[in-house]
Amino acid sequence: MSGDRATSVFAVRHVRFRYPGAGRPALDGVSFEVAQGALYSLIGPNGSGKSTLLRILLGSLRPDQGSVAYAGKSVTQWNRRAFARQIGVVPQSEEMTFPLTVREMVAMGRYPHLGILGRMSVEDRESVEDALRRCDVTELADRLMSQLSGGERQRALIARALAQRPSTLVLDEPTVSLDIRHEMEIFELLAELSKDDGVTVVLVTHHINLAARYADRLLLLAGGSVAAEGPPEDVLSRETVERVYEWPVMVDRHPGSGWDADAPQVIPLSGDPRQQ
Amino acid sequence: MIARNAGRLLSLALLAAAALVASIALGAADLPPGDVLDVLLGRGSEPARTIVWSLRLPRAILALQVGAALGLAGAAFQALLRNPLAEPYVLGVSGGAAVGAVAAVVLGLSAAAPWSLPIAALAGGLIAIGVVLRIAMHATRGMDTRVLLLAGVVVGAFFNAVILLLLTFASAETFRSAVFWMMGSLAGASWSVALLLGAYLAPAMAALFLMARPLNLLSVGEETALYLGTPVERVKLATYVLASLLVAAGVAVSGIIGFVGLVVPHAVRLMWGSDHQLLLPASVLAGGGFLLAADTVARTAAAPAELPVGVITALVGVPLFIVLLTRRRL
Repeated sequence: MSGDRATSVFAVRHVRFRYPGAGRPALDGVSFEVAQGALYSLIGPNGSGKSTLLRILLGSLRPDQGSVAYAGKSVTQWNRRAFARQIGVVPQSEEMTFPLTVREMVAMGRYPHLGILGRMSVEDRESVEDALRRCDVTELADRLMSQLSGGERQRALIARALAQRPSTLVLDEPTVSLDIRHEMEIFELLAELSKDDGVTVVLVTHHINLAARYADRLLLLAGGSVAAEGPPEDVLSRETVERVYEWPVMVDRHPGSGWDADAPQVIPLSGDPRQQ
Repeated sequence: MIARNAGRLLSLALLAAAALVASIALGAADLPPGDVLDVLLGRGSEPARTIVWSLRLPRAILALQVGAALGLAGAAFQALLRNPLAEPYVLGVSGGAAVGAVAAVVLGLSAAAPWSLPIAALAGGLIAIGVVLRIAMHATRGMDTRVLLLAGVVVGAFFNAVILLLLTFASAETFRSAVFWMMGSLAGASWSVALLLGAYLAPAMAALFLMARPLNLLSVGEETALYLGTPVERVKLATYVLASLLVAAGVAVSGIIGFVGLVVPHAVRLMWGSDHQLLLPASVLAGGGFLLAADTVARTAAAPAELPVGVITALVGVPLFIVLLTRRRL
């Protein structure tokens, strides 16, 4: 895919994917590009194919048709260790079969950078401590993962991805169980990583309104196809949102005075037709 | 961190060394530790030298090796299957090996040529490894460890049925020796067995040590392991085959000795956490030392009778484990 513009890190072309045994494809004809340093958000209703698309982006599923390239090279051809030095992933959830401390867990983020003997250099240690600090889990570092609350665990998983010092960060609903402060802190952190550190961020989220405020571009999936793609103000029109989510809404503007002022905000209406 | 882990491993090595000295000193004829050291340094009386060099030392070495193999295989299987209940015999290798061994006994091979028994057991174990792997491997999606676990359990059950079938038609004498073999014993030790086993175990163990970080990742989840740069299918296959080879060899030379491979990795985890970079070598040392100590008790507690060593590993290991379990984190 040498024809891709140098500024796009992910280039997805006509991707079609069907799970074995499933009737209709989970994804069909999906194409988009993620520009370097962008904060790019995948949104859509439950079952629209967001997580499947994420797995295809990350090479853990192979598309039946179409192609996915990262930095100009097909994702299936990347060496996994080299890929892991580029891309940090925050999965939706993880099993904890055996007791692990937060620091042990976050240190795993350095594995793709270590030599065969696995000795952690000073730089490796600094990356771990730095990631713990940025995600506000330094005080929890010696606690067991199994003892953390949902929000703390989520922040530890993000810390592990940051410890990788990735040039791209991919997150699958990272703020699902967080309260307002921690949710906002994660979004602020992602914005900071994208704006200040030049990290490309790809984010799956159900929080349309936060995505609208923080993301540079949105991809709205519906039934495995792209319903709309572009800057939030273009994607989140009342007609599109009502059609895709099958619920009456109104679209307002964010009243704040910050850089995200005027971002479109979707307000779901009650089912009572008199309100519409 | 590295210095702390080295200290922990050193302390386990010293415990194993203490068990070694005790196992050489204790027996039908007790030797004071001073005499033991004399003999090991090439001095000492002729009878003491014979007892140590031809009887106790090869058996002690074999106990260390088998315990080390079981401890390491248990830790590896628990990570591979993401299941704390996994142990070396859960995937049917021991069942296959037992079919081989019982067949050798029932068919009279082992009476004619004693070395045929471990060879038949090893062959049975290898067949079991292949059969279970064949079931668990999917052409396109690779190895499903949930299928691997179920395949191991049902193949093991099948082999148990075959053993019972073989024993149904066996004479009382054959029956007895087959059952004794299955209970596990290190009495068959000799230098040639210990050296052969050592040459076989060393490379397999070294290769498994290289899996330490991939196993850390696998025990968190296969998808995470992939995203952190692990060639997941290769690691699963290598871990399964290497750990199974350890078990097959251990069972071939000493029968089915239970509890070492279940209890030892958990005990290490409860004390020092789940990092496989420490857990794997610590399970080797603790497994070896634990089985050697248990075998020494089995030899001496009811002398001149010898207790089945598997009884000791369970009787000592389980209460110890329960103490750790109730005191420490999980």
